[in-house]
Amino acid sequence: MSSTAHASDHHHETFISKYLFSQDHKMIGKQFLVTGMFMASIGMLMSTLFRIQIAWPGEGFAIVNFFLGDKWAPDGVMDPNMYLALGTIHGTIMVFFLLTAGLSGTFANLLIPLQIGARDMASGFMNMLSYWFFAASSVIMLASLFVESGPAAAGWTVYPPLSALPQAMPGSGLGMTLWLVSMTLFIASSMIGGLNYIVTIVNLRTKGMSMTRLPLTVWALLVTAILGLLSFPVLLSAALLLLFDRSFGTSFYLSDIFIAGEALDYSGGSPILFEHLFWFLGHPEVYIILLPALGISSEVIATNSRKPIFGYKAMIGSILAIAFLSFIVWGHHMFLTGMDPFLGSVFTFTTLLIAIPSAVKVFNYLTTMYKANIRFTPAMMFSVGMVSTFISGGLTGIILADAALDITVHDTYFVVAHFHIVMGFSAVNAMFAGVYHWFPKMYGRMMNQKLGILHFWVTFISGYGVFFPMHFLGLAGVPRRYYTNSEFPLFDSFIDMNVLMTVFAIIAFFGQFIFFFNFFYSMRRGPKAPQNPWDSNTLEWTTPVEHIHGNWPGDLPVVHRWPYDYSKPGKPQDFVPQTVPLEEGEVDGEH
Amino acid sequence: MGLLMGLAILLGLFLIVQIIRIFELTSKLKEDDQSKVSWKANRSRALSWPLFVVGLFALFIWVVLRWGPHVLPESASLHGESIDFLFNLNWIIIIIAFVITHIVLAVFTSMYFARPGSRAQFITHNNKLEMVWTVVPAAVLAVIIIYGLKTWGEYNGEVAEDAINIELYAKQFDWTARYSGADEQLGKANFNFINTENPLGIVTATTIQIRIDELNAQIAELNEERANVPKDGLKEEEILAAIHHKESQLAKIHAFRRNNELTQNAGNDDKLVKVEFHIPVGRQVNFQMRSQDVIHSAFMPHFRAQMNCVPGMLTRMRFIPTITTAEMRTKTGNPEFNYILLCNKICGAAHYNMQMDIVVDTPEDYEKWLAEQVTFSSKLSAALGITETDNKLAQNNQ
Repeated sequence: MSSTAHASDHHHETFISKYLFSQDHKMIGKQFLVTGMFMASIGMLMSTLFRIQIAWPGEGFAIVNFFLGDKWAPDGVMDPNMYLALGTIHGTIMVFFLLTAGLSGTFANLLIPLQIGARDMASGFMNMLSYWFFAASSVIMLASLFVESGPAAAGWTVYPPLSALPQAMPGSGLGMTLWLVSMTLFIASSMIGGLNYIVTIVNLRTKGMSMTRLPLTVWALLVTAILGLLSFPVLLSAALLLLFDRSFGTSFYLSDIFIAGEALDYSGGSPILFEHLFWFLGHPEVYIILLPALGISSEVIATNSRKPIFGYKAMIGSILAIAFLSFIVWGHHMFLTGMDPFLGSVFTFTTLLIAIPSAVKVFNYLTTMYKANIRFTPAMMFSVGMVSTFISGGLTGIILADAALDITVHDTYFVVAHFHIVMGFSAVNAMFAGVYHWFPKMYGRMMNQKLGILHFWVTFISGYGVFFPMHFLGLAGVPRRYYTNSEFPLFDSFIDMNVLMTVFAIIAFFGQFIFFFNFFYSMRRGPKAPQNPWDSNTLEWTTPVEHIHGNWPGDLPVVHRWPYDYSKPGKPQDFVPQTVPLEEGEVDGEH
Repeated sequence: MGLLMGLAILLGLFLIVQIIRIFELTSKLKEDDQSKVSWKANRSRALSWPLFVVGLFALFIWVVLRWGPHVLPESASLHGESIDFLFNLNWIIIIIAFVITHIVLAVFTSMYFARPGSRAQFITHNNKLEMVWTVVPAAVLAVIIIYGLKTWGEYNGEVAEDAINIELYAKQFDWTARYSGADEQLGKANFNFINTENPLGIVTATTIQIRIDELNAQIAELNEERANVPKDGLKEEEILAAIHHKESQLAKIHAFRRNNELTQNAGNDDKLVKVEFHIPVGRQVNFQMRSQDVIHSAFMPHFRAQMNCVPGMLTRMRFIPTITTAEMRTKTGNPEFNYILLCNKICGAAHYNMQMDIVVDTPEDYEKWLAEQVTFSSKLSAALGITETDNKLAQNNQ
């Protein structure tokens, strides 16, 4: 393909082909990002609303009534079913729509072709389909908020029979059907996208870009795509079987149920089967979220430390180890389902093994900053923040992995605190880092640094303010998904803690407006970006600031070295782009 | 609390002022190069990290002091003591790792920030160091795993010979505890036998007959109704489906009777209690769990015990209580202290209030309490007595 053809394509675009049905990976990445941000703001609003209910149960708030209406919040007091629904949709949106599609979709699309030196994804059309399946699933998920019986409310894990029977809760009516349809489309989107990422990375690397010269972002995104490809089909089958049980009278998950004054005909199924299928995706899903976050942080930390990432090969090894182990640990979500205690022992063992590659990653991040020359850009602040949250959240995982300890903290706020810090908070930190770091690549303009730093501290401090004390609720035995804790005198000493956490949640909510303002303002009015604003080595910074189809105006770049030659001795500058040929006698990579 | 709220409002105000100030600055300095960090800004950002870490440690200590005393008291079961030990062991390891890594983070960020003329050192890897930090966590984990599995084994130990058999029956949104009677055997139960008089679906000769009569009556009623609706209409189809449903239930009940001839009456002397149940100190309690509708989870935090209740499945768990309610009231200094059973798996609107009190008695008090409870068969005949009178009244009125 000649480059001039690409350049002329650029001029014949209509609004529709450029912004809506674009097949250009950079535009699709931006579409994922903006859609993800939109979904996230809804998910965040929901969490703020249910935090208000937990902190001040039974008190009326005009704001709650404003958003939920008289049906679900008469006099501003939230209905218990709506409380559960908000938790469910908040979880679904944050886990899938923001941190799976929003995170992977944005950065895989933007970075894979740019960092491996490809003109575009292997299939631009499939890439476009992937976005539009995601957009459709977002629309359906949002539409489910407006059905009369309310949206799905059985928790984001939608365990049957609760999710299977409309008699069990109103949310398991039409709302649940829409949830399943939306997730089916979502899975299709992930699969199409993932397949494309893998094929692109395997086949379209430019000359010289061997696997051991790939930036860690690309490694992380590759392994993430493989994880998704292997685990999402299992969730799809779980969802389809649930759909059958709900609509066509099969009994995959249901048996011996008496509800609403009637013995149902279902027999022979087991809800535990659903849990197995769900968590067979559900656990790798955690790493589908986390690995891109780790990849982004690796890149941002190395670039801004002006130092090679410490232990590049160990980092790749630990990504692979985490990915492999993530497939054999799902049972740790099910220690207390009555499964054989021996299986519990096996899952305890495999789960605790994950701590080893995770520890390696943490130590490597920290050591990368040793004797570094750190530039604290907003992206770097968020990445260092991610290292902190990955430590704080990861360590409590040691407790939850242990079947014997899980007995006491299972499904309590301890779990909520743990996964929000290690998965949610860490991934969100890394996602912000990615946005601040690659914003100049996406929009050709710079975001404001001071606002970025302010946004970081507000988000970071209030995030810890919400989730750090929360562990102690769990240690007091307070279960999650309780509409109010006021029914148990035992939990009365935690009323003020709940208020404290809610206040921080509200601050965090308003803090995001700083980001939104910075994002949209800089998109139009930010100062023009230089070609390589962060003095980075990777290939994306060798493309022109103005986007063109095919990424590089001339020939594709040729790669001569690994991406982490920062502050290499004997070089005039503290970075050496991957396109610079090796000097005579110069050793490439780790040495 | 008022202080906290005040602080939050102050912080919010501060935020708004800052945003406006920065916005003004931004519009003035649009041409400012946002890709560079001035070294002064870089220094203050770097030095904010140790401040943050100190703040995080302070938060940690404050939360421990403020709410630490309100977390669960010492375990009230035998295996729970091992769990508490394991917890403490884990906490020591976790806190050490948390503190060390965060100190390192604070030191590196505050020492190695870019300043005029500084340059980083080119270090790519260090096999020895990497070996150390792979092997050390692995060794520590090995200890945790071994202790963990040992404790898990204790929790899943054998059923003792003198164990008390109790069934916890969950439904939206309450619990029922069922004690085996003099025969030390819990009677069979099945969801097809559930009705108003028999909320747990216990199978005895009487309940079988009641259900058969009930279903036959319902089928007869439906057939009557069917005669009064137009043929081949939608309504008739509905009625036919209902009849079919009842008939298949009837068939299941007949089959159940044939297959369980011998164990039919074990449920007669079972005892059902709600709201509060008692267990004796020092003797193993062997629980079996059932659920009527959706998944619930029987969580007894003070005994470090939990097990899901799954429809269509029996699950089990057991423990030996070690501290009576009276003793725990003295220990916690709270005269109103009660052990609780709560539901810990989302089960619907009133999930947050699906609870039962647990009373740990001395063995004598326990026997006394149990003797006072009424057996299922006498409760049933009492309930039927009322029903029969009701029927007669209804007939008289007609």
